[in-house]
Amino acid sequence: MASHYEAPIRQPLILGDKTYHDITVEVAAPVEGKANKQWWIVFGIAVAAFLWGIGCILYTVGTGIGVWGLNKTVGWAWDITNFVWWVGIGHAGTLISAVLLLFRQKWRMGINRSAEAMTIFSVIQAGLFPIIHMGRPWLAYWVLPLPNQFGSLWVNFNSPLLWDVFAISTYLSVSLVFWWTGLLPDFAMLRDRAIRPFQKKIYSLLSFGWTGRAKDWQRFEEVSLVLAGLATPLVLSVHTIVSMDFATSVIPGWHTTIFPPYFVAGAVFSGFAMVNTLLIIMRKVSNLEAYITIQHIELMNIVIMITGSIVGCAYITELFIAWYSGVEYEQYAFLNRATGPYWWAYLLMMTCNVFSPQFMWSKRLRTSIMFSFFISIVVNIGMWFERFVIIVTSLHRDYLPSSWTMFSPTFVDIGIFVGTIGFFFVLFLLYSRTFPVIAQAEVKTILKSSGDNYKRFRDAGGVNPDADKLNKK
Amino acid sequence: MASNKKYWRSVEELDENSSIVDTLRQNEFVEEIPTDEFLGDKESLETSSTTRRDFLKYVGFTTAAASLAACEGPVKKAIPYIVQPNEVIPGVADYYATTIADGFDFANVLVKVREGRPIKIEPNKEALGSTNARVQASVLSLYDDFRLKEPTANGESISWADADTQIANKLARVKSSGKSVVFLTGTDASPSTASLIASLGEDVNHVIYDAVSESAAADAYEAIYGSRALPSYDFSKAKTIVSVGADFLGDWQGGGFDGGYAKGRIPNGGTMSHHIQIESNMTLSGANADVRVMVRPSEQHVAMTKLYEAVVNGISTRESTPLANAINKAVAQIKNAGTNAVVVTGVQDKNIQLLALAINNYIQSEAMNVLVTNNTRQGNSTKVSQLISDMKAGKVGALIINNSNPVYTLPNSEEFVAALAKVDVTVTCSMSDNETANATQYALAAPHYLESWGMVEMKSGAYSIIQPTIQPLFDTRQFEESILKWSGSEQTYYDYIKTAFAELGASTSWNQALHDGSFSIAIEKEARVNEVDVNAGYKKPTLGGIDALQLELYTKTSLGDGQQANNPWLQELPDPITRATWDNYVTISKVDAVKYGVENWNVSDGAMNGSVVELTVGENTITAPAYIQPGQAQGSLGLALGYGRKSGIKSEMQTGKNAYQLYSDFNKSQYNVSLKVVEGEHKFACTQLHNTLMGRGDIIKETTLSTYNDPSLNPKKTWNKVPMVSLKHEEVEATTVDLWTEFDRSVGHHFNLSIDLNTCTGCGACVVACHAENNVPVVGKAEVRKSRDMHWLRIDRYYSSDMNEETSEGVGMVQKYAEMEDPSANPTVSFQPLMCQHCNHAPCETVCPVAATSHSRQGQNHMAYNRCVGTRYCQNNCPYKVRRFNWFDYANNAEFDFNMNDDLGKMVLNPDVTVRTRGVMEKCSMCIQMTQASILKAKKDGRPVKDEEFQTACTNACSTGAMVFGDINDKESKVAKLKEDTRAYHLLEHVGTKPNVVYQVQVRNTEV
Repeated sequence: MASHYEAPIRQPLILGDKTYHDITVEVAAPVEGKANKQWWIVFGIAVAAFLWGIGCILYTVGTGIGVWGLNKTVGWAWDITNFVWWVGIGHAGTLISAVLLLFRQKWRMGINRSAEAMTIFSVIQAGLFPIIHMGRPWLAYWVLPLPNQFGSLWVNFNSPLLWDVFAISTYLSVSLVFWWTGLLPDFAMLRDRAIRPFQKKIYSLLSFGWTGRAKDWQRFEEVSLVLAGLATPLVLSVHTIVSMDFATSVIPGWHTTIFPPYFVAGAVFSGFAMVNTLLIIMRKVSNLEAYITIQHIELMNIVIMITGSIVGCAYITELFIAWYSGVEYEQYAFLNRATGPYWWAYLLMMTCNVFSPQFMWSKRLRTSIMFSFFISIVVNIGMWFERFVIIVTSLHRDYLPSSWTMFSPTFVDIGIFVGTIGFFFVLFLLYSRTFPVIAQAEVKTILKSSGDNYKRFRDAGGVNPDADKLNKK
Repeated sequence: MASNKKYWRSVEELDENSSIVDTLRQNEFVEEIPTDEFLGDKESLETSSTTRRDFLKYVGFTTAAASLAACEGPVKKAIPYIVQPNEVIPGVADYYATTIADGFDFANVLVKVREGRPIKIEPNKEALGSTNARVQASVLSLYDDFRLKEPTANGESISWADADTQIANKLARVKSSGKSVVFLTGTDASPSTASLIASLGEDVNHVIYDAVSESAAADAYEAIYGSRALPSYDFSKAKTIVSVGADFLGDWQGGGFDGGYAKGRIPNGGTMSHHIQIESNMTLSGANADVRVMVRPSEQHVAMTKLYEAVVNGISTRESTPLANAINKAVAQIKNAGTNAVVVTGVQDKNIQLLALAINNYIQSEAMNVLVTNNTRQGNSTKVSQLISDMKAGKVGALIINNSNPVYTLPNSEEFVAALAKVDVTVTCSMSDNETANATQYALAAPHYLESWGMVEMKSGAYSIIQPTIQPLFDTRQFEESILKWSGSEQTYYDYIKTAFAELGASTSWNQALHDGSFSIAIEKEARVNEVDVNAGYKKPTLGGIDALQLELYTKTSLGDGQQANNPWLQELPDPITRATWDNYVTISKVDAVKYGVENWNVSDGAMNGSVVELTVGENTITAPAYIQPGQAQGSLGLALGYGRKSGIKSEMQTGKNAYQLYSDFNKSQYNVSLKVVEGEHKFACTQLHNTLMGRGDIIKETTLSTYNDPSLNPKKTWNKVPMVSLKHEEVEATTVDLWTEFDRSVGHHFNLSIDLNTCTGCGACVVACHAENNVPVVGKAEVRKSRDMHWLRIDRYYSSDMNEETSEGVGMVQKYAEMEDPSANPTVSFQPLMCQHCNHAPCETVCPVAATSHSRQGQNHMAYNRCVGTRYCQNNCPYKVRRFNWFDYANNAEFDFNMNDDLGKMVLNPDVTVRTRGVMEKCSMCIQMTQASILKAKKDGRPVKDEEFQTACTNACSTGAMVFGDINDKESKVAKLKEDTRAYHLLEHVGTKPNVVYQVQVRNTEV
């Protein structure tokens, strides 16, 4: 079968002697089995962090933004840092599922489900911040262009913050629809295997009555392609718009035309790091090493290395342009980043984001599970500090030295951030126990072309291992 | 708007006698309501589908709904007038002319009264009144919940009648016993009060006591001119001003000299005054001086002696110390200016004061007037000391204290309290429940000046009237009424001053004088000059060892002598020099700081912490935080008086340390001081933590007089450089490049505010005026420390640094900027009042997602508080950082227990301005409530608005005229001309914001 042909030099994407049934069983196992002790411990910690975060949010809303560490000079700090960080993380999911789909990168199939889940969960975290950072969050709906009776009041279409509202909400809805579409046949698989009536009921609801007819599959393919086409520009547009919050301002250190591409690269960078963090654990815990292979991790490490280098170039370009512009305010803003009171944040950012991904040039390191995991954490810390550096160090010393001051977070700032991490993991842990974490329907389509056993058989000169198996029987 | 149109509802109304109209008016329902018909019809009632159960449901629901709706109905304490007074129109402010004379501050003021409540103090400009920060804030002291609210005897409340009988009896007993009756009062500058006390009999002694003494200057004047007073000064007549330790832009000799001083500081016609300041502490005068020489307090004596020797005796010194060089230059300047020079000194030594008078007399200084005397400091330290020893000796039978708090302000307060026990009758008339009121037998509640009558003579011949603007809030009675009562007179004090007025023979009527707030009487006086040996009895200050430091005590523009310490506006007013709030502290030079191990450092949220030091002067020791002050003379220390009050004051307001303990001999200079650093660290609350301009010359543009006068220079290319940008590869002025299409701004008004950096002295009156006008909240020390002060208007203060563009050659960029953060040891100082710049291209307006901030055609940048959701994006994008976010609710919040948290304090709120809630952004509105009121008033009168009618709170309060507000579409207006001045520039012009606030380049007259 010609369609199953794949160049022999390509490494297998599914390891071991897997049959279609094996895939079904292995993907359904975490859902059908019982959670072990470790899952409950991790889930317990995540819930505790989440509840702590909710407490901090309620305290903020009840008392006022004053419970944060902000002041008259630094009007945004951890709130928008966290917002940009979470939005950035989301980008990998869309890139993997949409862009790699259009480019027919089949290795995406092992990871796209979880990467997209990560996208949605992190966009939910991100979406929290623009709401709770408002002084009067109960009026948050005023940023929507709703017809109203307040007089001729309308939103301000000049404001990048408004563009954010549209960008984030579009992103969340398109991602959700795309993700769910992919989930339909897999939910149907779980439904069909479910024994308990309640479970069956739930999964049949979730699978939207998927029957598996040829027409279903044909529509499925079409919708996937259309949605991939829709989602691809979003990969670029969302973070471009987020960067415009800063780029369109007049503050030295924010007012930079390089921001859109630099932010998008940074977003993909941090997103892939987060995918690595999550999947390295998940493949082990859920016994999915056959589907999420070292090769997957290696490829993601390469993306991290490249985007990290792009980000590094952007940092250096910023410094160069600041010097080249000849504007003393601009020059000071960047000098202050590197040598001012927040030099440690800048150093941390540079080390984590520019220096650490360079290790991935080494094949041995980028195929090391432990090292990949370590670097993925480092990159996420670095990317958080990148946003902190951009936001806080630009604001704390801007034009008039009389207003210069410093920012330090309160326990509420920290609590809300920790709370969103908790919330994220609560969602992800629940997902990993109830959702098919691998797009098994898609993976099955490449079993014969990229499955280890089939590849080995072809290498040995065989034509159809299935036929061979049949013969044996 | 009134209209005479009448509308008829029907033709019938045209006929006045028609009965139909009348019937209709009586009868609400024209047709009869068919109740009987309905209830009588049994059939339809029975067929009705409403069952009993339904009926009960309806009843139940409506009852529940009605009771739910009744829950927590807001209780508003607004009580309408039953009979509205003719002169009170709700919504329209009345202005009354009155006078503040609280013993420390004296000014002719206008009081804005809304619905019977005084809410704002303005200077009475027609009576040449000027207001400083404390005068502006004094209206809030009226609504102070910690005032003495009723008379008390030994801490128990007592009725006025009982108190009067008891005191009158006791006084009679004292008189018969032969002991003396002494009145101890602050300076009230009131001839009527003085004559009232004098009328009690010859054996009644009147001792005047100023908490912060100018006794030495009065002694000197008395020695030469025969009467006890102070000469008056008009600095507008001075071309050369030499001040030795006299902070005449602060509180020296009662203050109020800044208006005259500023007139000479505008480089119109190419000339301006030259100001040399020789001083120890960095004062407002020093900060504004062209040349500032740092000397220790004891060296001020030397400086004055040398000046005198050189000017009067022609003996110049050949030493070449910095001081001697400065003196030589000053002498040359004085000689040059001739009668246009003036020498003033703040040294509290009679001989040194004599020298100053002698020099001015010798050069026939026009700026000093010895005939028209200044009566605002009449205290006599010798008499006060005498009184205390008399008290100790048991010679005093009765002590009646008014307008003075000696238990707090006397350096030997404990001695005084002990001596009080030996006095048979002690009475205090006091507005606040202060230390002295607690220490005397009777504490008689006195009214605020806005509740009192009075007559004051601040300068000879210039009388002012004090009239009440509100009924007394509490059961108070003014001191003078009490005297009249005790002396058995039936007269009220109002009648008394009316008689006194009649006796003065003024050319105006009483009503006119009351309306104007002031009147003048021609004085006939000749200068009698006694020959005085200026050196007679001169004692050199006794200095300690080589290591001994010298202390210069001073008063802050905020708290002054401390009587308004319970006023949160003043507590939160940043000191113009240190920009610290809610504190007093020891100022120390950098060199001494290193020597003694004193440190100031910033913590992670940017706030400043500092070492705590122990000061020992003689036997007195006080522990206070230390602040490293650029411009503090090496070997000297500074410390502000007026802090550390404990009695009759809110716990939040009990700030700082009482420096009066160190004020021995009523001398602000103490010569033998030792200092050591003690355990602990102090948390400062400064509104500005970064002191230098970091080489950003376009923020404060300054030049020298000679450069300014050079006609060969194009200002736009040299000293008032316009930033250039490249447009299509050509250098053009940044102001000409525009992304936006400009609309026609020539229609209607277009407001601009001009701020002259030359005449702004940094006094801070505008900051308090803005507080009062715009209901700006007070946030307290802890929040100021978090850089969350709410001031809509702030006065930035910058020091020069030794590292600048010229000296930075060959220095690495990192090192350059690091060193730029350090101010020079004796820096030049610039003040820059900063409020919303009302940019025509405002960066804040474009970023607000809900369009809560937008621009008006009048040039004002509006803030719709109702619409604001609080994203703070506008604050981030403001290059001037003038936007202030409501981090919390500042009103009705026990966490912020200031005036907006109590019913009394809220009476000061301006009803024309919203009190903002938490979560919204606020900022300067260019007093839109005032501009719109002016426009409407003119419209009603059917005339164009006059230039001077457009005012903002800050321009009104500015006593130097540094701030000018108006309409630039009125080409004849002052501000339109100032905008076109060669000195005019916009702040951060290169950002392209096109502000409506314009600054005037600072010109220094340094190279003479």
